[in-house]
Amino acid sequence: MAVVDQNVPGGAPEPDAEAGEVYATGNPWVLVARTFVQNRLAVVGLVLIVVLLLFSLIGPLIYHAPSAADALASKDQGPGGGYLLGTDSNGSDIMTQLMKGGQSSLLVGFVVGIFSTVLGLVYGAIAGFFGKALDNVMMRIIDIGLAIPVVFLFVFLAQVLKPNLLLLIGMLTAVSWLLPARLVRGESLSLRTREYVQAVRGMGGGSWRIIARHLIPNTIGTITVTITFQIANAVLVLAILQYLGFGLPPTTPTWGNTLFLAMQNFQDGYWWEVYPALVLIVLTVLAFNFVGDALQDAFDVRLQER
Amino acid sequence: MGQAIIVLLGVTVITFLLLDLLNTQGGGVARQILGSKAPQSQLIAWNHQNGFDKPFYVQFWKYLTRLLSGNLGYSYHYNQSVSSLLSDELPRDIVLGGISLILSLAIAIPVGVAQAVKRNKPVDHGLTAVSFVLYSMPPYAVAILLVQIFAISTHVFPATVTTSGNGWSAVFSDFSAQILPIISLTLVSYAYFSRYMRSSAIDTLAQDYIRTARAKGLSERMVLSRHLLRNSLLTVITLVGLSLPVVITGTVITESVFNDPGVGFTYVTAAQNYDYEYMLTVTVLVGVLTVLGNLLADMAYAMLDPRIRY
Repeated sequence: MAVVDQNVPGGAPEPDAEAGEVYATGNPWVLVARTFVQNRLAVVGLVLIVVLLLFSLIGPLIYHAPSAADALASKDQGPGGGYLLGTDSNGSDIMTQLMKGGQSSLLVGFVVGIFSTVLGLVYGAIAGFFGKALDNVMMRIIDIGLAIPVVFLFVFLAQVLKPNLLLLIGMLTAVSWLLPARLVRGESLSLRTREYVQAVRGMGGGSWRIIARHLIPNTIGTITVTITFQIANAVLVLAILQYLGFGLPPTTPTWGNTLFLAMQNFQDGYWWEVYPALVLIVLTVLAFNFVGDALQDAFDVRLQER
Repeated sequence: MGQAIIVLLGVTVITFLLLDLLNTQGGGVARQILGSKAPQSQLIAWNHQNGFDKPFYVQFWKYLTRLLSGNLGYSYHYNQSVSSLLSDELPRDIVLGGISLILSLAIAIPVGVAQAVKRNKPVDHGLTAVSFVLYSMPPYAVAILLVQIFAISTHVFPATVTTSGNGWSAVFSDFSAQILPIISLTLVSYAYFSRYMRSSAIDTLAQDYIRTARAKGLSERMVLSRHLLRNSLLTVITLVGLSLPVVITGTVITESVFNDPGVGFTYVTAAQNYDYEYMLTVTVLVGVLTVLGNLLADMAYAMLDPRIRY
């Protein structure tokens, strides 16, 4: 109970309030939820995310395109005639590609968002808590990572590795965990001086207990917000990687490769191949950013990169 | 300063290790340079001649001492020294990256302040929507949409850069071809900057010194220009510092779309041709710019804000 109260700045009740009353009026999660819902854009974002998930996961069960007998004959067809959004230059139904693409794009987004944040969280908490030489070494590693140009890295990797879903998730996580690590490190630097950390020390609690039970739970606001922004970023970067040559083949559709394929034929006037994929990417990134911004206000955290 | 050197050394080591992966593919760099018909013995001889058969630390030490003596290496693919390639190409990146950086800031700063002043009014929402949508689009899509609108549908600007010449004069001799790349990069950077500018201006607006300025009867114009704008510039300084390497890395996609042969464009070609030393040097150069940008930002920040002491 006491731990939960301290999670959220602004959510902590008056210290001398009675225990029962505290729970009824000052539950921080209720406050967070209330602030969140007051933000109309956040609700729009949340609804959008649910719709996009339904579109990708349930959509393929409901919508079926006519199976093309001859892929070449059915290529680059405009919307209509059984193909709701037309077909692409491989003769595949765009609607189906986008639904399947949503599955992989959102999967990459969620997994990379969560993995990179958790990795950064543990790393940053350890560096910030122990401080001194360990912190210095750990932060220089972060600095080195951030000084390696991501664009160049992926252009280079496109030459030596053949991407698959797992490799993409791994590489995206590898370049995404650095900023969360730096954020959490900054926060745990300040958290470790708090009274409750000293109290645990006084009661004989070890360093790892403090990190696992007190530091990490207290960064919950930063973490939630970071995950949201990281998901948005991963979905966007996945689409950009396609252009850099580090993308998946059309046999594993992503919104990125559908868009990339379409962009190559844009000059031929096949607009229906371009816009749906582009709109889906934009909506996804927007939705997660809306939710992230609102969570940032609700948890009252400041994400400073430096 | 000592930290900066450690970081640079780390970047160089990691880049060196990563690029060594090129040599695990087929015949590696040697195969790419000598062609697919070269016999195995020739590959071995080439590797020996260029020191690729030596242990990692020997190669690295050789590279590092050479780099420190000012020799940036030799591009096998382009058959000229990396430093002469860079002096040909960098002007394109500086023009494209520099102009779009200045333009995007020149738009983002006043717009951010205006949005903060008109917070949650329709103007603010409209401008936020524009920057959010731009932010959410893959940059190459922004570039291709611009080409579609301004080069293919209406022929206002050329779709690609056609001058093959190098150096400053070549960039400015065909400047109309640079306009679309500059616009597209400006839009992408603007979308990135504007989010910071708006929130930083909102934070500044809530400060006590703004209230004091108003209370002592300064005109709103003075409050905004002297107090709000100046303090919001602190955010910009940091962003400019962090953007220093982006002049090279941020232009990769734009240059590829517009066929503009700057460093970013050439890096992609170099990677496709396993042009080992070019890739190595350019990556280390970006590392140097990153570290330098951070240092400059910290120094400028401390100079402009007397409350900050390092």
